[in-house]
Amino acid sequence: MTMQIADSVSLSAPDAKVRAHAAAARNSLRTEPRAVRIVIIALAMTFLSVFVVLPLVVVFAQAFSKGILAYLAALTDPEALSAIKLTLVVAAISVGLNLVFGLVAAWAIAKFEFRGKTFLITLIDLPFSVSPVISGLVFVLLFGAQGYFGSWLRDHDIQILFAVPGIALATTFVTFPFVARALIPLMQEQGTQEEEAAISLGASGLQTFFRVTLPNIKWGVLYGVLLCNARAMGEFGAVSVVSGHIRGETNTMPLLVEILYNEYQFVAAFAIASLLAMLALITLIAKTVLEHHLDEGHDASDH
Amino acid sequence: MTIEVRNLVKKFDSFKALDGVDLKVDNGELLALLGPSGSGKTTLLRIIAGLDWPDSGDVAFNGEDALAQGARERHVGFVFQHYALFRHMTVFENVAFGLRVQPRAIRKDESTIRARVTELLDLVQLDWLADRYPSQLSGGQRQRIALARALAIEPRILLLDEPFGALDAKVRKELRRWLRSLHHEINVTSIFVTHDQEEALEVANRVVVMDKGRIEQIGSPDDVYETPATAFVHGFIGESIELPVKIEGGVIRLGDRPLRLAADGLAPGASRLFVRRHDMLVGPPGSGAFEGAVQHVRNFGPVQRAEVALSGGETIEIDAPRDRELRAGDTIGLEPRRYRIFAGA
Repeated sequence: MTMQIADSVSLSAPDAKVRAHAAAARNSLRTEPRAVRIVIIALAMTFLSVFVVLPLVVVFAQAFSKGILAYLAALTDPEALSAIKLTLVVAAISVGLNLVFGLVAAWAIAKFEFRGKTFLITLIDLPFSVSPVISGLVFVLLFGAQGYFGSWLRDHDIQILFAVPGIALATTFVTFPFVARALIPLMQEQGTQEEEAAISLGASGLQTFFRVTLPNIKWGVLYGVLLCNARAMGEFGAVSVVSGHIRGETNTMPLLVEILYNEYQFVAAFAIASLLAMLALITLIAKTVLEHHLDEGHDASDH
Repeated sequence: MTIEVRNLVKKFDSFKALDGVDLKVDNGELLALLGPSGSGKTTLLRIIAGLDWPDSGDVAFNGEDALAQGARERHVGFVFQHYALFRHMTVFENVAFGLRVQPRAIRKDESTIRARVTELLDLVQLDWLADRYPSQLSGGQRQRIALARALAIEPRILLLDEPFGALDAKVRKELRRWLRSLHHEINVTSIFVTHDQEEALEVANRVVVMDKGRIEQIGSPDDVYETPATAFVHGFIGESIELPVKIEGGVIRLGDRPLRLAADGLAPGASRLFVRRHDMLVGPPGSGAFEGAVQHVRNFGPVQRAEVALSGGETIEIDAPRDRELRAGDTIGLEPRRYRIFAGA
């Protein structure tokens, strides 16, 4: 909106002189000397190269250091395949669960007024503020052999710790905030009027959700799912505590990277790491695209 | 469809949005709920629509209990203040929504829906916008699409919340006239909420004036303007001069100055006297009920608006015709052509 106003002002300006003045005024706002500007930009770029670009390059350089065949061999190793499969399964479970939880939580917070709402909002952020190792330990406390449900689980022959359910639970816990966080501000901004309109036009609750609410928040949902997925696949701390590191069974990709690295299998370690790095790059690109769509949504609702 | 509202009460925490409201709306009426913000008019509208629920009281449509039904079953067309168009749907799909979500058993086939939507877009004269998205429309266009969407379900009642509130003055005037003629055409019992008295008086058959969750007066536009029932209505509708007066021993006093006005039938004590600005007639000094000195004069087209300091201590603004030019410093007499006195300070 502000841009449009600025445009119309400059269009209605009688001649180029006014525009020149405006440009001069803008320039005079930048009071820093040229040298300072160059130093600041150079500092930022150097920092970024050393701490972000360089590690990324190193990962791929190491992964391919013994040639592409060694790289492919490392990735097709049964242990590596099992880790990749486990990571995908765990990510699918935790993203699925968090999609449902996140939608429900965001819906409750954005569309209803109730007691304890602030508390709920604070609670949603808990997994972000707690160290992942603690998150993992909580599940050991609950489901471990000495834990609260330990004996009951043993009696019923249910394996949670050191198995897929435990890893999925820990990952779900750690990644819980992403979907909810992406949706709460979006849904709060959109309010309830469109839903009210839908209901007064005769739509049922489900019709309202699928035809009105969901289409309005779809970019936000994708954004939350994307970040949630990236974190779920990359999670190390919480998963490390509950996994038990059983080779070929309960190692996810990040865990396997550490094990291989400790065993001096650098090519294998970095080959797996390169997959995670690629996931990061894809996530980054997708995130940029989604943010663009989200901004467009805001503009549309601005008028 | 008639609407009957009985003793409706609605609280938000400790705030009483509706404080015992009774209202009957006749079939085919176009009724305005007029009041300042916070007077409860939108809450009343939302309760009739089924978007809010009262703490106590009844709402009946054609004598049938409406509160037993949800918003979905009531078949009420609601036009929201900010239109609440579905932003991800085209204009066409917005209007078609109410037809598409009908239960399968009574849902029309696609060609019937298309024909109906086209007909509605024709009705609101926006058929050429069918493929646009709401964000591409002007305020007035969105307003008309919101109306077309509400009409698609063939509502038994049409409710409009501040229908012209977000529009600029010129569009507003056009749409008012258009809404009135549209109502004439479709003849659905309609209620609209507004805080703009001009809008209420111009569009509605009957006006309900509300304040602080209560109905102050129900009447035709002429009634509420010419014979306001309460001090609030007099002050809210039309431009009024309000003077604190005291009634003592059959005399009306402004400050300590007795006014040459009859006090017959008025209860003694502090009261308020209301006069319309244009009902104060200017005469020579010594004539009329009031006397004052002109402070300041501005011209507004056919009238001159003068600030007059009354002897008795109040300063008022009057609208006088321009046949006799007033000047700052003039001493004039003022006679209220019509006035009303309400008890209470």
